[in-house]
Amino acid sequence: MKTLPAWLVRAAALVFAVALPAQSADTRSEAIATMKRDFKPRGVATLDRINEDGVQAVCNRTHDKPPKEVTERLEQDQLTAIRFPADGKLLGDWKAGERLAQSGRGLTWSDPAGVTGGSCYNCHQIGPGETSFGTIGPSLYQFGKLRGYGPEVQRYVYGKIYNAKAYNLCSQMPRLGYVGALTEQEIKDLVALLLDPTSPVNR
Amino acid sequence: MRQALALCATTVIAAAPFACAVGQANAPTAASDPTAAEFEKFRQVLEEDNPAELFEARGKELWTAKRGPKNASLEQCDLGLGPGLVKGAYVQLPRYFADADKVMDAERRIVHCMATLQGFDAAELAKRPFSTDTQTPDPVVLVTYVAGQSRGMKIAVPQKHPKEREAYEIGREIFFYRAGAYDFACASCHGEDGKRIRTQPLPNLTKPEQAIRGFQGWPGYRMTGGVMHTLQWRMWDCFRQQRFPEPGYASDTVSALLTYLGVNANGHVYKGPGIKR
Repeated sequence: MKTLPAWLVRAAALVFAVALPAQSADTRSEAIATMKRDFKPRGVATLDRINEDGVQAVCNRTHDKPPKEVTERLEQDQLTAIRFPADGKLLGDWKAGERLAQSGRGLTWSDPAGVTGGSCYNCHQIGPGETSFGTIGPSLYQFGKLRGYGPEVQRYVYGKIYNAKAYNLCSQMPRLGYVGALTEQEIKDLVALLLDPTSPVNR
Repeated sequence: MRQALALCATTVIAAAPFACAVGQANAPTAASDPTAAEFEKFRQVLEEDNPAELFEARGKELWTAKRGPKNASLEQCDLGLGPGLVKGAYVQLPRYFADADKVMDAERRIVHCMATLQGFDAAELAKRPFSTDTQTPDPVVLVTYVAGQSRGMKIAVPQKHPKEREAYEIGREIFFYRAGAYDFACASCHGEDGKRIRTQPLPNLTKPEQAIRGFQGWPGYRMTGGVMHTLQWRMWDCFRQQRFPEPGYASDTVSALLTYLGVNANGHVYKGPGIKR
């Protein structure tokens, strides 16, 4: 993982400032100690994955419901850290996006390094041709048709895929760009899947 | 026969490579889904001639056979109800064992007995603990036998000993602990009602009436791959899909999680080893 950025240190400080139920503190540290004892690194799944980062710690300590002030500040930090494409173009190839959306591979100990899909259909309805979709996230079918295709929507979708926590701090969705699971081009392709008017999602 | 089953199962679920689900494919949400409905039909046909029963029979032979460096059987193994008492033991595990000073789930306890009574090397058993298409490890076969001896009984995981209550609390913490590359916890998939990954229904394991689905059908003959798997394997594979590192086999972490699940499922009838998607 990366070295601690300033926002994370700030996040940690905020967490400790939050009043938390004292009853769970011992159990919590015992649970973390137990996991650190029991887990072993394997393949790309290194042991540091057991350590929470700032956002995870805030969400874990508050059962995904941090106080408003903490939420707003941390979301802002996450938003600032999103790297939007330098060329300003956010729309890639929806066909490549569809292939990525289908693939649930990547980052498990049985996956080779560098082979990572978007896992999108695991949780979302997207294109009309795929009936095997999950329901943990909302339906994205007709995304552009319903919300428009303009630059602001494109920027939102790019940012949401890059770092879902910038818009909803304890969202269940992974931070696919932030953790390096998807490249800039891959995120553009997924943006196109949702926002290209010729994508089956919008037809 | 096994290969034919595996092939058939693979064909049906080709569209669902990510199935991080502990429960059976018989949730209310599945009824309206044609793929899940087909699966359920297929599972019922198979269950009429339950392949898990073959493993139960083999497990019974293993249980009574004199084996290991000490040339002893497992008949004196104490699964919590006293040495040699197997009937009803599985539905009362995990529990605290004073001789090991640990809360142990069924498989962990059996491995403990294989080490202490028969002289097998527990570390050696932990090296290849899960079934592949070429081998089914002894503990898997033994757990299937022991589980079969609790068929039709109510889950009654004890919470009398302080360490049992502690294991439940730690298990709950681990269940909700989000970390790793994708910020996932067990609860990411199993903390809400009526959700699915692809077409796989996900039981909300925090609720009693759904937590039982985490136990039902395990140990199970898994149609994906055509091999026998236990709850140890299920926890291990969920952590894999959670993008976590690898949990230790027969570890405190797994026993704590199974205590959390088991206590949540208390009072519900366990139907015995079965068939899983």
